[in-house]
Amino acid sequence: MTEPILSVQNLSVRIAGLHILQGVSFAVAPNGVTVLLGRNGVGKTTTLRAIVGLTPRNGEVRGTVRMGAQDLLARPTHRLVRGGLGYVPEDRCVFAGLTVAENLRLAERRGTTPAYDKVFALFPELDRRGRQRAGSLSGGQQQMLAIGRVLLNDNRLLLVDEPTKGLAPKVVTEVAEVLERVAESVPVLLVEQNLAVVRRLARDAVVLSAGQVAWTGDAQELLLETALTKSLLGVGSEAPVSARSEPGPPAGPARTKGGTA
Amino acid sequence: MNTVILLALTGLGLAALYFLVASGLSLVFGLADVLNFAHGLFLGVGAYATWWAAGNLPGAGSDGFGFVVAVAFGVLAGALVAVLVELVLIRPLYSRTIEQVLVTVGLSLAGVALLQATWGADPRTFPRPGWTRNVTSVFGANVPNAGLLLIVAAVLVLAGLLAFLQFTRYGLIIRAGVENREMVTALGIDVRKAFTLVFAIGGAAAALAGALGGVYFGTVSPGQGGSLLIFAFIVVVIGGMGSVVGSAYAAVAVGLLQQFVNYYGTSGLGDVCVVGLLAVVLLLRPQGLAGKVAHA
Repeated sequence: MTEPILSVQNLSVRIAGLHILQGVSFAVAPNGVTVLLGRNGVGKTTTLRAIVGLTPRNGEVRGTVRMGAQDLLARPTHRLVRGGLGYVPEDRCVFAGLTVAENLRLAERRGTTPAYDKVFALFPELDRRGRQRAGSLSGGQQQMLAIGRVLLNDNRLLLVDEPTKGLAPKVVTEVAEVLERVAESVPVLLVEQNLAVVRRLARDAVVLSAGQVAWTGDAQELLLETALTKSLLGVGSEAPVSARSEPGPPAGPARTKGGTA
Repeated sequence: MNTVILLALTGLGLAALYFLVASGLSLVFGLADVLNFAHGLFLGVGAYATWWAAGNLPGAGSDGFGFVVAVAFGVLAGALVAVLVELVLIRPLYSRTIEQVLVTVGLSLAGVALLQATWGADPRTFPRPGWTRNVTSVFGANVPNAGLLLIVAAVLVLAGLLAFLQFTRYGLIIRAGVENREMVTALGIDVRKAFTLVFAIGGAAAALAGALGGVYFGTVSPGQGGSLLIFAFIVVVIGGMGSVVGSAYAAVAVGLLQQFVNYYGTSGLGDVCVVGLLAVVLLLRPQGLAGKVAHA
């Protein structure tokens, strides 16, 4: 394997006394999509949030996460993001009270030229709905906005958490198409439950089970092994395209305004 | 009719004072989740700094442009103290609510003690321009100019705050941060700078309230900030945490209710009614008149 863009070594996360992650180690290839799989509550979202520095204050993170020579765990979230780590959270987290244009404007970074052309080419809807409040968008449009916000800037790696969750099948296909195009230029670490989307996008897979890595390897090979998929993920690889919902990890951060920044 | 107009305008003057204190308090709580019991200290610093500047600062005075300079000095002092409090005491304690409450309560007590130790516990006569002691006839009612000055100042502060929130990058960050602070950080923004900024804005507005409160009451005393802070907290809760417009509506409601009930009922009954209004709002609309609703 070529030098990974992201290397996670022995990552452990403890929140409110619960060991959510216990010594997780894996690498993300410098191109294509690496998918993080697992049953509900095994720590997929917690892994992404730990990487981007959003573990709640009552949590404790140990281990090493490196992007190139950079130790990510030693830096605050805003610096990681400015350094090229794009993060699309679970449940979109658009600013409901702001307009679409304001949501995008917020993601602009000083000293760089925001790639509005690229974003509007991928999501023309966002251009048309610039003055609309983000809270009044459909779930699919909000997801487009959440992804569009991140794509305004150059990224070295994208962390995308369940982008198809709760979306209609047609929108799931649209989002998958966009991620496929995005992954041509920037590596993606994707948390995804929809195996049809995984089959379409993923090159490598990391499967978590009870807070530990249970399997790593070629995603397409994993999906061909029906018995393995069933034992690791609890589903057959012929899962429908439609999205399935997953509650957050146990004792995970509450998705309320209070935040943990 | 004259009485009603007089009560309405003096109530609005009181509302203006509450709004100036509450607007910063609301923004600080909305963005940074900090319940700042030391906010009254900023008011006290503004009042005493204005009082001191009027008598000692070159170019400043108790009348004309000199008074404007004195008030500007007071506002600057309030903002500066607020920034220092945020950087030194609050910043290490974000997301540690109990410690924040202890520190800010302690600071408010220490601040009052420091003002008392420096300038004494007795009220000091506040230097104020002569015209603020006069009255203006509004539809036959003789309204104190100091009250009208407070109303004008509060309207200007409200307009300025709304323009800042609507048209500037930091305003956008603050509006977004009140909604979801964590996501602002996840977009690569150092939200702590916005925290410092809202403390500075809140401190400046409270200091302005201190200076203009001195003009309104005619005196300045160490405990003035604390007594106003109680009503400012009520205004923030009724208006909704993080909403400047909500604070303005709530301040008007509280000021008018207090003034009318105290006049037509018995003295002190207005304060009881304000607490009753707070209870009703908390029961019927816990997020306040214009407050955010926590995301599920």
